[in-house]
Amino acid sequence: MFKWLHPYAKSENLYRLSGKFLFWFGWLGFVGAIIGTVWGLGFTPADYQQGDSFRIIYLHVPTAMLSMSGYLGMAIAAFIGTVWQQRHADMTVIAIAPVGAVYTFLALFTGAVWGKPTWGTYWVWDARLTSELILLFLYLGVIALYYAYEDRRSGARAAAILAMVGVINVPIIHYSVVWWNSLHQGATITVFEKPKMDTSMLWPLLINIVSFGLILGAFTLMRLRNDLLMKEGHRPWVKQVLEGKH
Amino acid sequence: MSPLLETMRRETLLVMRKKSDVLNPLVFYLLVISLFPLGVGPAPETLARIAPGVIWVAILLSVMLSLERLFRDDYRDGSLEQMLLSPHAGAGLVLAKVLSHWLMICVPMLVLSPLAALLMGVSLKALVAMMLSLLAATPALSMIGAVGAALTVGVGRSGVLLSLLILPLFIPVLIFATAAIDAAAMSLPYFGQLALLAAFSVAAITLAPFAVIAALRIGVQ
Repeated sequence: MFKWLHPYAKSENLYRLSGKFLFWFGWLGFVGAIIGTVWGLGFTPADYQQGDSFRIIYLHVPTAMLSMSGYLGMAIAAFIGTVWQQRHADMTVIAIAPVGAVYTFLALFTGAVWGKPTWGTYWVWDARLTSELILLFLYLGVIALYYAYEDRRSGARAAAILAMVGVINVPIIHYSVVWWNSLHQGATITVFEKPKMDTSMLWPLLINIVSFGLILGAFTLMRLRNDLLMKEGHRPWVKQVLEGKH
Repeated sequence: MSPLLETMRRETLLVMRKKSDVLNPLVFYLLVISLFPLGVGPAPETLARIAPGVIWVAILLSVMLSLERLFRDDYRDGSLEQMLLSPHAGAGLVLAKVLSHWLMICVPMLVLSPLAALLMGVSLKALVAMMLSLLAATPALSMIGAVGAALTVGVGRSGVLLSLLILPLFIPVLIFATAAIDAAAMSLPYFGQLALLAAFSVAAITLAPFAVIAALRIGVQ
């Protein structure tokens, strides 16, 4: 596998490969998100208890799930970067961080909007809300640490270590706040059980989860490509790319 | 003398020559606690209810403030680089530094905590639980904080950045400590929470030194 991966340690090849992925991730994610959102917001039956306000689930659940997956992905990239000294993996950490932070913020925002009609309040100090808020702080810490270093490469490596320390803490934080206080409803979708949701409501949600994931990947790749161009600005291949000769 | 003891002796000597490094966090700690009665009003029942939480938060904040000096001076005069180059570099060196930090910053705070609890009118049961929780969890605070201090050592003016990095990581400790104190105040058993806090400390002492070393190596580059 390493033999196959080896050419992509070269920035030029990585740039080309991520360009191909970006095309598919971007378009599939974009079209999927439109289908899932329009289906979910316009054509699913209303919930018998929550009425139409439940429809925000189609934005809330994908962003909340992917904010955590994004952190996990960031930590995996950090691990690869630290163990195998792949500098592109360290760059990926920084490419994911702001996108993940935006997803976390969106999850908190849509959650607050959903909380008002359902619980009668925008914010409660409930377990999941609190751990999502802490996750936002963890993301912001990674971003802040990266930009505090003058040398970009040291900053990326320091941010990678912080991401790994953080990912050990994410389950601890999650379970500590679960024992501390819980008002939030249990998980609706689990892998091994029959979902507690009607299939007519479930399909658009699943489509949105996949598409939002693709969009997260697309934004990450865009940031990574941008970083590659900035870092390698003096190389001839960057000049070729910028002159439009791909 | 073993390198671990030698490092601890050196750290103690350095602090004895410059006592403000230890005294300032202590004064800060008492000052934060005395701000709360002024902020929320002096009613004894309110104060007694919030006191253990306030004391814990004050300790988190003053530990965080004291962390900046953990590697800063050694970094500035170049001795940190020499330590990392020496054959004894590794987890032992970090443990010695953090252990001295705990002995000189956290232990004085532990000693002052009953006094602070007295000022806020904490009951005896809650006081005992608070002291036990502090004893079990402050090593974890020093250790996790050392990771943050090591990550920011190459960055000038790291105070606010340091708080952004480590305060989120302190949250589980705070939650379990206050849970133990609440349980004690209601005469419930709280051994489980204490055991978890001790487990945090053990896990932090085992894992954090490696992160600290890796972070310091980035910092001295």
